[in-house]
Amino acid sequence: MGKLTIGTFASLVGSYAMDFAVKLSEAAINKGHEVDLWLSGNATMLSKKGQKSFQDYSYHLKTIEGLSSTGRFNIATCDACSEARGYHKDDTISCCKRNTMDWYLASCFTADRVLMIGGD
Amino acid sequence: MKKKIAFVIKSLPYNRETSRLGLTHAIASQSVDVYLDEGDMIEPVVCFIGDGVLNCLKDQQCMKHYNNTSMETHIKNALLVDLQVYICKEDIERFGLTKDDIVTDAQEIGADKIAEIVPFDKIQGIMEEVDHLQFF
Repeated sequence: MGKLTIGTFASLVGSYAMDFAVKLSEAAINKGHEVDLWLSGNATMLSKKGQKSFQDYSYHLKTIEGLSSTGRFNIATCDACSEARGYHKDDTISCCKRNTMDWYLASCFTADRVLMIGGD
Repeated sequence: MKKKIAFVIKSLPYNRETSRLGLTHAIASQSVDVYLDEGDMIEPVVCFIGDGVLNCLKDQQCMKHYNNTSMETHIKNALLVDLQVYICKEDIERFGLTKDDIVTDAQEIGADKIAEIVPFDKIQGIMEEVDHLQFF
């Protein structure tokens, strides 16, 4: 089994790039792979507490909590990007770490494949 | 072990934060050691192609108008920490720009490294040789 590192920059709501990143993570985990998902820029919103499911708005909280429970899915959000958006550490979902960009690069180092999603 | 990662920046500056994130992630390679085993290292390479070459224009006024660090300053910081920076020659010419319009050094802050303006073939070669390739 391999390790996939995904960097994503797209917001939770506003495009389907984040949906794709989460679905790809889920597919990889279901196949037995390990996945690191890095949230930077607007993507930090995926890790915010208190998300609610509304019709026609993307909602992935339950999915990423389920992925985390496998022990093969690591999700981390950019601390600076989060703070800049007024979203602080105590407002982060429990399965998500807050890290600096070098965590992502280290994840790239040990990954078999690296994908950047939603960087446009 | 050393792994090369290319950060290929093709987005316009100041439209979205994409190009800035590309460059700041590359610069973050300077502090990645804390997460790696001894002897392991990342060698980042930054390439500006397409519309992304406009990130490299001289005399940007981002600090004045938005109170944010300009891409010009980020590029100079990248050179200061000895990152390899390549800028696509054909794309510069496509915008009617010359080398004089482009940031290629940061001597005023003590950087020895120079950003190189190179043909796209050279950048393509870099993209083919790196371990991981990321587009911003």
